[in-house]
Amino acid sequence: MAQETIQQDEINLTAEEKAAVFKVLQRDLTLPEAAMLEVMNSEHCSYKSSRPILPLLPTEGPRVICGPGEDAGVVDIGDGLALVFKLESHNHPSALDPYNGAATGVGGIIRDILCMGARPIGLLDSFRFGKLSDPHTKWLLKHVTKGVGGYGNCVGIANAGGEIEFDPSFQINCLINVGCFGIMRKDELALSTATTPGDRLILLGGSTGRDGIGGASFASKDITEESESDRGAVQIGDPYMKKLIIEATLEAIKSGVVEGLKDLGAAGVTCSISETADAGGTGTEIDLEKIRIREDDMEPWEILVSESQERMFFVVKPENVSKIGAIFAKYELPYEDLGVVTDSGKCVVNHKGKPIVDLPAHLLTKPPAANRTAEYPDYLDKLDRKWLPKEPETKELNDICRKIMASDNIISREWVYRQYDTEVGLYSTIKSGQGDGGVFRLTEFGSKKGIAATFDGNSHHCYLDPYNGGAGVLMEACSNVAAVGAEPIAFTDCLNFGNPEHPKVFWTFEKVVEGIADAAKALDIPCVGGNVSFYNHDQVNNVAVKPSPVIFAAGLIDDVSKAMNNKFKAPKQHIILIGETRTEIGGSEYTRVIHQTENGQVPKVDFTTAKNTLADMVSIINSELVTASHDLSKGGLFVTLTEMAMASNLGYNIDIHRMPADTERVDIRLFSETHGRFLVTVINENLGKVVAQFAQHQIPATLIGTVTEDKKLLISNGNDTNIIELPLEEIKQKWKFRMEEEMEGKIQK
Amino acid sequence: MPMNVVVIQFSGSTCDRDLVNAMRNVMEWDVDFLWHEKAMKNLEKYDAIFLPGGFTYGDHLRAGIIAAFTPVMGKVKERAKEGVPVLGICNGFQILVESELLPGALIGNETLRFSCKWTNLRVETERSAATNIAKKGDVWKVPIAHGEGRYFLDKKGLKDLNENDQIVWRYTTETGELTKEANPNGSIENIAGICNLEGNVVGLMPHPERAAESTLSPWETEDGKFYFQSIEKFLRRS
Repeated sequence: MAQETIQQDEINLTAEEKAAVFKVLQRDLTLPEAAMLEVMNSEHCSYKSSRPILPLLPTEGPRVICGPGEDAGVVDIGDGLALVFKLESHNHPSALDPYNGAATGVGGIIRDILCMGARPIGLLDSFRFGKLSDPHTKWLLKHVTKGVGGYGNCVGIANAGGEIEFDPSFQINCLINVGCFGIMRKDELALSTATTPGDRLILLGGSTGRDGIGGASFASKDITEESESDRGAVQIGDPYMKKLIIEATLEAIKSGVVEGLKDLGAAGVTCSISETADAGGTGTEIDLEKIRIREDDMEPWEILVSESQERMFFVVKPENVSKIGAIFAKYELPYEDLGVVTDSGKCVVNHKGKPIVDLPAHLLTKPPAANRTAEYPDYLDKLDRKWLPKEPETKELNDICRKIMASDNIISREWVYRQYDTEVGLYSTIKSGQGDGGVFRLTEFGSKKGIAATFDGNSHHCYLDPYNGGAGVLMEACSNVAAVGAEPIAFTDCLNFGNPEHPKVFWTFEKVVEGIADAAKALDIPCVGGNVSFYNHDQVNNVAVKPSPVIFAAGLIDDVSKAMNNKFKAPKQHIILIGETRTEIGGSEYTRVIHQTENGQVPKVDFTTAKNTLADMVSIINSELVTASHDLSKGGLFVTLTEMAMASNLGYNIDIHRMPADTERVDIRLFSETHGRFLVTVINENLGKVVAQFAQHQIPATLIGTVTEDKKLLISNGNDTNIIELPLEEIKQKWKFRMEEEMEGKIQK
Repeated sequence: MPMNVVVIQFSGSTCDRDLVNAMRNVMEWDVDFLWHEKAMKNLEKYDAIFLPGGFTYGDHLRAGIIAAFTPVMGKVKERAKEGVPVLGICNGFQILVESELLPGALIGNETLRFSCKWTNLRVETERSAATNIAKKGDVWKVPIAHGEGRYFLDKKGLKDLNENDQIVWRYTTETGELTKEANPNGSIENIAGICNLEGNVVGLMPHPERAAESTLSPWETEDGKFYFQSIEKFLRRS
């Protein structure tokens, strides 16, 4: 080829990666070829560290249409419809440029859903930052929220929920994960393949600029003091153009002219031309000059790896190019016919009539995996699993409760979710703050069913005990879905970790994945996709983030009108606790906030009862036996009860002596975070039926108290009456407005 | 009498399908849903024209201003003069203001943040095309979702607006009290929606199309229906 070549030692690939390339190629690489291989070999694109571990996760099930490997998971939800969903990290860009980093995270995840052929209808988000009171945290939270909202609101996709965790380990490396879900008719599934030689390759949307050059490579490095200079690697989004792209793409699919479809995310054009060719067993050939560029002096390699936003890649029959062009023209969207599908198995890029890239597609799409070593991290030995705090005196309990309700990880997230449009689309029947998961109706698609969507993560548990922490996160996500009455049908994950080249970090990654995999088997729920974000390691302070898997669980409810929220409905209704409470306060709000320690036993998922507990919850809600439902998680029984009271402005009167537990200790009964527990309220005549439903599976369902008209939080322990007595309004004011006070410096209603 | 109703879709409208769905599925109206260039050609045949919410042209420059300069808005102005109801919701209201079909301006929320929440709207007049079945003082639960919804008008204009009975809704408490806390965006005099002198052009920031079905409302209310039922009555009468 008539091109400047690059010396082997100048190529930024490992020895194994180079060997894999030159075994096949036996010639020098051109500069654009080297750039393409570098970016496709990056951790972000190749999953080279995680790939050997991820097969532990079960991926099959009767509903699965597309599992891992496609841009998003696709599951059959009946009525001729499919649910498409995915979550992804945008950690490194958000740490440097929180507004644009978060906004383009949303833009990217929407494209993943769209490129399967689905209309994106819901968004979720998950943030991890340092302490809330820290000024840097506030700066990040303010702009990340604005970025997520600014993009999602403008593109017109409703927010369905999310979660936020604050912990000092995220001070420099914040974690920003965003998820999206969409609905499509099963027969409109679009795949990222180019199967037929002669078909044309069409690039739709924005021009290609220098923004996002090498973004994938930069996400595969630790953050250092020099990272500021990487700011050009953060892409800039344009939600207005995305909205037009969504409508144009869906219209093109409906018109039947789309043979293959791929979004341009990490590695840009390089990824599109290689993945469609490799998946279809064909080749691709494009002319570089056809790509519309924003800056005249862009080098060919820059054009090929640019991650400029708002672009989609279509495979179209030659006779349909004008048809699809007319659809794009209606939305005033520019597009170019870049080239053709070939049968060569190669990706060829021509520039000024000469090939500057001529690589087998599989070299780009299937780089070798990296063999990472795992080593038990000694910090775990320093932890005392059996540790218990000195039991607090009764007179201290009210203040402990006040502190927990006002802690960073318990306070209301209203300041954040008010900035998101939760209503657009007329889908949301259970909205942020009203239940454990968001519930969206599918009326528009002609179905009575509803989708429940939730995010969950718990870095504290995963740090102390990666295996049980990982299992717990999946259990918790599925519990959220079951708490609204939906059957958990599938999940995807985003695994956020430090540097995988550090064996002690890699060990925690392996254990978390093992934990998730075992819980998934116990719950019989498939993993249909995921994302891995490594290198969340702050080199300035030399700390990795706490292991932070985030799980997006999806649930299905047959009749959306039966979905249940977490609000007490009327005084005198019975409050029932499902499940048994164990001495599991390691990593809990109680332990960290009140005792400032990381010791203690992390909750373990009971694999024998987990599936039945969730199925019984779904059953009682769908049989309309309960009037409110909420699962127990961060902060344990006390926080869950109080959230239900605050949602309704009704009080409660509880006797914790009645609850089945492995300890008599009041603090543990109140604040343990044991999994597989729920609170439901019932009217008198349904009490027996609810208890009987769980009794079949030897799961305790215990009457522990009643809803009261009096706006008081009253807890007794047998004969010790009112060991806790707090006014609801005082607790609610602090809980509801603390984030706003922190962020705005004053209360604004 | 059959009603001929059109919802105009602009580049960047996002609440357009919601409005059409509420009209078709809840109100059982026959409604045409047209891209602005197409609507341009047939506007004469419609008895009512709706401008939906969204982020037309990405809210670039100022919310609603670019859409206000699309050719179809020239036609909309002509039809408005003829007395045809022209109804703008959220971004549609912003377009009406930018087209000078309605007075005043919609500026950035007082908090400088986008805000999505359910609000209480007190009906201030029964004479508008969108409130004629309501009683003055009725309170409707309808959600807002906007970053630039703070209504502003100078003193003289405000005096006229009050004297001419052009204020259609105000943000209040659940029981209809006018308080600072009930005002979600800092609008002057808690104004949520207004009409022109004749009452046929009506704009509001809250979204009645999101409040017309009990399943979508946290209180199981359907107050958004009053908005559509009023328009229906207005059309049947005229």
